Amino acid sequence: MPVEEESAPAKMSPPSRFGDKAFEWLTLAMALFVIVLIFLLGWQLARGSSLAIQKFGFRFLTTSTWDPVAEEFGALPFVYGTLVSSLIALIIAVPLSIATAVYLTELAPLWMRQPIVSLIEMLAAIPSVILGLWGIFVMIPWLRDYPFPLLKKLFGWTPFFTGPIYGTSMLAGGIIIAIMILPIVTSVSREILRSVPNLQREAAYALGATRWEVTRIAVLSYARKGLFGAVILGLGRAVGETMAVTMVIGNTPQIAASLFKPGYTLASVIANEFTEATTDIYLQALFEIGLVLFGVTIAVNLLAQLLLRTLTTTSTTRAVQ
Amino acid sequence: MHPTRKDKHQWRKFKSALVSFGTFAAAVLVITPLGLVFFYLLVNGASSVNWDFFTQLPKPVGSPGGGMVNAIFGSLELLALGSVMGIPIGVLGGVYLAEYGTARANSMLRFIADVLNGVPSITWGVVVYGLVVLPFKGFSAYAGGLALGLIMIPLILRTTEEVILLVPNGYREASLALGIARWKTIVHVVMKTASRGIITGILLALARIGGETAPLLFTAFGNRFWNHDLSQPIAALPLQIFTYAISPYDDWHRQAWAGALVLVIGIFCINVLVRVLTRERSRTTA
Repeated sequence: MPVEEESAPAKMSPPSRFGDKAFEWLTLAMALFVIVLIFLLGWQLARGSSLAIQKFGFRFLTTSTWDPVAEEFGALPFVYGTLVSSLIALIIAVPLSIATAVYLTELAPLWMRQPIVSLIEMLAAIPSVILGLWGIFVMIPWLRDYPFPLLKKLFGWTPFFTGPIYGTSMLAGGIIIAIMILPIVTSVSREILRSVPNLQREAAYALGATRWEVTRIAVLSYARKGLFGAVILGLGRAVGETMAVTMVIGNTPQIAASLFKPGYTLASVIANEFTEATTDIYLQALFEIGLVLFGVTIAVNLLAQLLLRTLTTTSTTRAVQ
Repeated sequence: MHPTRKDKHQWRKFKSALVSFGTFAAAVLVITPLGLVFFYLLVNGASSVNWDFFTQLPKPVGSPGGGMVNAIFGSLELLALGSVMGIPIGVLGGVYLAEYGTARANSMLRFIADVLNGVPSITWGVVVYGLVVLPFKGFSAYAGGLALGLIMIPLILRTTEEVILLVPNGYREASLALGIARWKTIVHVVMKTASRGIITGILLALARIGGETAPLLFTAFGNRFWNHDLSQPIAALPLQIFTYAISPYDDWHRQAWAGALVLVIGIFCINVLVRVLTRERSRTTA
């Protein structure tokens, strides 16, 4: 809580105000830097891709020719790859994360909670590139030998699990993104569940509910909106995940129904081709992909922060009442 | 026939136990990747972490051995450059949010900082490429450090703000009552009290950017040799791991595992330090 200027004794002549003013302005300038940063990002990306935007227009997002030699650029396969891999990641990560958060806040014995939380924080600290290294040499061979053939046998009749199995694939990319976003979705969901007032739980227990019924009726339904915010936040991270995905997704710009086929994401194409971009328009196209990625993550994060923010404010005011 | 109340009760208790077990299994699954990554890092990396690794430059393809000493020092230099930019701006910005400003303006700044924290790290690399690498016609350590520093700002800003808000108001009032200027109160009393927390936030930010690869790909670019000129491309541990991991050579793969093991140990050391710092703090306040 800031201290009001007026609360200082008025009669005593205070020391020079200059230091105070200077310090306040200095810190203000530093705080305003975040606004500068967000405009800098948008401006630089838009400036770097202006020619490409003029040349390709909306067609950039709806065509799928990516041909640096012919200078024809369409980003649809990358948009598709980002969407599909993020979707796979959410399908895997969201149930696991929310179940873990429920376990940690409602069901686990007290002595087990902190150790598990610490381990999840450690998982979050593993750099993307190291997870990618592990993905290439451990996860991909294992997926290729065991789960993928099984999936093909069980679900081969659907279009999603057909064709040859290489290992590097859209599905592998989705799985590695899922591992990357598990910690953040879990810890945000846990915060949300912890912010549910205990009165809610006590009321349900008083009605004779079992532990699970308390969780379902009193906690989960109350925290629904916040949990949705946690999921959207995870989506934002999934869309921007770069290194680990680049290393396991196969980096082939194609739109294929089968998840065993390699794919490509917006972030990966920047990582792979940026230093190889020899012509101006090629570089411009990659800047435009950066702009698309920036726009999508800003929108997703705004939504997530709004969902999370409204929840915390209402829950704290209710707790005070 | 209707089930009796007792049957129903049994069934409800059973369901509750079932869910407890299911969520426990989910928790185990969530931490499984951590164990697997650690296990394989030790198995594949430990044998290649030796004296040479910390003292030798990378060897050309074909000749075995060599190390990553230039990448280790390069990473440290990049972290230092990033800190020069990120720490003062982040900390002082956090001070503003906690000590000055109107509630509405601050909540907007906080909001923007949170959104910035969600911007993919590769985006920062692209932007710094456009800002620095293109105009100055070359990859450089400065560009890499700038990219890392920009990522640090919103991270440190938020943690600093949070720990400064924890300082009891009585401290401020006591200092102001002694006639000490407000800015001196903030620097010598408030920030000093919160210093452990501020350092914790800085360490966490360093652990986070120490493993960043994407923003360095086209700013610091990487280098196979020693580089003492900061306006030239510089090696970094995560970049070296990436290059070696996607190469077709077995020897480089071994080096990549060794580099990954060293990087993870470095990052975990920082995290342990953070845990020690926060634990002592909670003990003293309790």
